[in-house]
Amino acid sequence: MAEYKVQFEIFEGPLDLLLYLVRQEEVDIYEVNLTKLATSFIEYVDLMRELDLDIAGEFLVMAATLMYIKSRELLPKDLQVAVEGEEEGEDPRWELIRQLVEYKKFKDVAVKLQEHELSQENTFPRLPGKPDFAADVAPVRPQVSIFDLVNAVNAVLKRFATQDTRDIFEDKWTVSEKIEMLVNAMKARPALKFSELFAAATSRTEVVVTFLAMLELIRLKQIIITQPEPFSEIEIAAAPPAPAPAAAETHTTSTVASITGEPQPN
Amino acid sequence: MELKHILEAVLFSAQKPITPRELRELFAATAEQAEEAEPKAFKKVKEEAIVAALEELAREHEAAARTYRLVCVAGAWQFASQPDYAPWIRTLVGAKNRPPRLSQPALETLAIIAYRQPLTRAEIEQIRGVAVDGVMQTLMERALVEQVGRADVPGRPGTYGTTALFLEYFGLRALEDLPAADELRKIPVKRPEELLTAEPGLATVPPDQLTLEQVEGEKPNVPPSPTP
Repeated sequence: MAEYKVQFEIFEGPLDLLLYLVRQEEVDIYEVNLTKLATSFIEYVDLMRELDLDIAGEFLVMAATLMYIKSRELLPKDLQVAVEGEEEGEDPRWELIRQLVEYKKFKDVAVKLQEHELSQENTFPRLPGKPDFAADVAPVRPQVSIFDLVNAVNAVLKRFATQDTRDIFEDKWTVSEKIEMLVNAMKARPALKFSELFAAATSRTEVVVTFLAMLELIRLKQIIITQPEPFSEIEIAAAPPAPAPAAAETHTTSTVASITGEPQPN
Repeated sequence: MELKHILEAVLFSAQKPITPRELRELFAATAEQAEEAEPKAFKKVKEEAIVAALEELAREHEAAARTYRLVCVAGAWQFASQPDYAPWIRTLVGAKNRPPRLSQPALETLAIIAYRQPLTRAEIEQIRGVAVDGVMQTLMERALVEQVGRADVPGRPGTYGTTALFLEYFGLRALEDLPAADELRKIPVKRPEELLTAEPGLATVPPDQLTLEQVEGEKPNVPPSPTP
């Protein structure tokens, strides 16, 4: 009994238990005697009950399936076929074996994944320090003011200046969608150029929505905006873990809403 | 100068794993800046050529049996030490900051998702035969799997797939790199043509040949009777 109790802890459900029983029989899954398997399985379920273990519903379902298979076996073959014809279903025995075979394959491959997990744990990538040729001054990260940003976005908007603004467009873009897009882009690459953000934009509204998304991310301290040198392009990078000072955050959003002159799409 | 040697030098100094695309951009940028003729020759090197050279380089390193390899994880290349030397490297750089190892149920569930993605929770449970809610939560929290879409069936249940972190965690190059990928991916288990047993699908002998002991399971060691 005690021995069983220990074994129970490793069964991850009825299929796991069935596989264990098949292994005990020392036969190929395709050749297993399901009637006998049903008997052993139900013995285990009874044992679980005796040991006052909580029997998961899945075990009972499996026990019922096995009992059904076993009872079918008792019928003469011609009667079995008649029953099958009515149900139009697959042979329940085959269904169970197929499930077992499939489960076993994944169980086996899980072991291989575990080997990968272990070997990866012991694999150390070469991470050299950055070759430091420059004088050891702290890297300058000049701050970008809101006016620089507004100027930059205005430059982008010039691309759409000729469009007839009286047309009514559907709001195809939402700020939250663009935020997601930005976050994903930051995952792929550590730093983006300002112009790259708008390279794919097709309309004025899209540019504005993307810009708002960027401002929102600044407000949430998810990204930082820098300009490597005066008049060079503004760069957007993921914010370092340490929170940056939250200067002018409310100010930022309100300014933008007023300069674009368009309702904030949602 | 050979392409693969340049790649080797670059990857040797790289701060992080580099993708073939980034390498291609690096070649273009170098040609742009350089005065010498050599970098200009590699200005328009194709991504496929880079991948081929990287693969050749990786084979060379393996053949040379060095203690490190050029490896590709989740599409990005880097140099990494062989697992055998972990004890010493661990002393040198400290243990890797990795979450605890995955449990057996988690690995099984992850294997099912990895090979059969995208699929719904119900489909995972169908294969495992047990509920997967707790395990799925662990896998999602560890960002090894994520929701990738919705199935086109009533209720529109979410479908799940593995993340790039999954490939990194197991040191896999791509999903095709999974062990026995071709066997496990989408091919359903086929009913064997040549039935091994007396009756289709199992070894139970026809009822008229069954002995009472077998039916009652009192003598479990009796092997199934052979087919007449």
